[in-house]
Amino acid sequence: MSHNTLLVFEVTILVLAIFLGIEVISKVPTLLHTPLMSGTNAIHGVVIVGAMIVLGQPGKSAFTWVVGFAAVVLASANVVGGFVVTDRMLEMFKSRERPKKQDGE
Amino acid sequence: MSYNLSNLLYLVTIVAFVLALRFLSNPAHARRGNQIGAAGMLLAIVVTWIKVGSTSWWAIAIAMLIGGSFGAVAARKVRMTAMPQMVALFNGVGGGAAALIALAELHRVLPLPGAPKVDISLGIVLSALIGAISFAGSMVAFGKLQELVSGRPITYAGQQFVNGALFVAALGCAVALVAGVQDEWLLWVTIGASLLFGVLFVLPIGGADMPVVISLLNAFTGLAVALGGFELENNVLIVSGMLVGASGTLLTLMMGRAMNRSIANVLFGAFGKVAVTAGGAADGDGDRSVRSASAEDVAVMLAYANKVVFVPGYGLAVAQAQHDVRQLADLLEEKGVEVSYAIHPVAGRMPGHMNVLLAEANVPYPQLKEMEEANPEFSRTDVAVVVGANDVVNPDARSNQGSPIYGMPILNVDEAQTVVVLKRSMNPGFAGIENPLFYNPKTVMLFGDAKESITKLAADVKSL
Repeated sequence: MSHNTLLVFEVTILVLAIFLGIEVISKVPTLLHTPLMSGTNAIHGVVIVGAMIVLGQPGKSAFTWVVGFAAVVLASANVVGGFVVTDRMLEMFKSRERPKKQDGE
Repeated sequence: MSYNLSNLLYLVTIVAFVLALRFLSNPAHARRGNQIGAAGMLLAIVVTWIKVGSTSWWAIAIAMLIGGSFGAVAARKVRMTAMPQMVALFNGVGGGAAALIALAELHRVLPLPGAPKVDISLGIVLSALIGAISFAGSMVAFGKLQELVSGRPITYAGQQFVNGALFVAALGCAVALVAGVQDEWLLWVTIGASLLFGVLFVLPIGGADMPVVISLLNAFTGLAVALGGFELENNVLIVSGMLVGASGTLLTLMMGRAMNRSIANVLFGAFGKVAVTAGGAADGDGDRSVRSASAEDVAVMLAYANKVVFVPGYGLAVAQAQHDVRQLADLLEEKGVEVSYAIHPVAGRMPGHMNVLLAEANVPYPQLKEMEEANPEFSRTDVAVVVGANDVVNPDARSNQGSPIYGMPILNVDEAQTVVVLKRSMNPGFAGIENPLFYNPKTVMLFGDAKESITKLAADVKSL
């Protein structure tokens, strides 16, 4: 694929992603806005993919080595922290066992 | 792994992320969604691991171990009240990673023969710029919420000018790089100026507005990641980053709307600094008197009511009284009182933060009513109990055009038969705005620490 074809393709999915993001989010109730924020926060932790590619380059300079290492550290904190915090929050939302009403009520 | 196979697997990751967000539309299966998202992330990491192959695999493993264990420990230990600053922190490191990747990519492509392609250099400079702003801004937001930095707006003369100059400097260097000046230090200046801009841009924003800032910076990091996808020609970064960028922007706008303020006003208004003197003059200050009651009186009122609505604010969380409120509510329910909680969209330190805090105290979520659902109910409510909330129940927002919060949608607690306000003293709240609700003849004040008052109320209800 030529470079320009790839670019057009990338821009296409970028624009579609904008609409998808708006569409999906507008269905989330305010009740869950805090987990939503931390959930999306975890998702942008996908930057770890980029960080790994940088650190995994063959024949890289010492500079790239250090910068890539730092990037992987930061990105993994983002990924793990983001998903764990979100999970902790969502675990707490329960619809419970209604309090037992007396019979005949 | 072939290019096509890895991209197909990345597509599975993208679908997992979309499902994660989709599942958040209902609290009953939201947690499952998050797990699907995490599984998608794991897949992306494995695919990338195989793609990268044997190069520096041990360095990657060590870096992941360091970052991952820090993230896991911090996320496990944090208290639910401190959740917003934790999100800010994780958001900041994501932005920082995006900026670092840009730096490394420029370092790689500059020595190559011929100028880098415009879209790649554009991806590099923008992701460096936005990532650095997000990193620095999030760290300041973290500091403010953690009270390492003053939560008050910090302003000085010429602030907007300095910020503007920094931003222009960052943008100027970025433009020069894209235009073909092949010098690495330009990117260093871009990043340096963006970091400084990020700090100075968040400093003048008051602590109460931090949620909006964090949401905006969350969108920034998403955008920086998407742009990083352009520089690395990687689909999963483009789509996932933009998903977050778009949703974060929408959430930020929704929060602004819930406070009836434009995002520009939040970001540049230094709110909470100017507000102190504005309110007051609504009705002659002459004969305003406040009615206060004892816990016993209020307990009787609550126990013999048909319908009680709790209106919690951040003061409740500060006092760590969520559990006590739930116990009081349980006692009332045993006595046949209908109990619910009315939650303003901006109660707490993040949108929906109050819901999380109450869920932590085992309040069942069907009892948590959003503003649109709660407001029509107040007219048939016997007692509305306001715990540590102030601006979100201030009737001036409806009727006093001089009030700084005029036009903000509020919970109409004054439509209830009786309003009980739990408050430490008559001092105005966080934003320093006068609240006529306290002088309403329907209102009784129960002074004291929220947690103590609630515990006392529960004891008194029990003994009735």
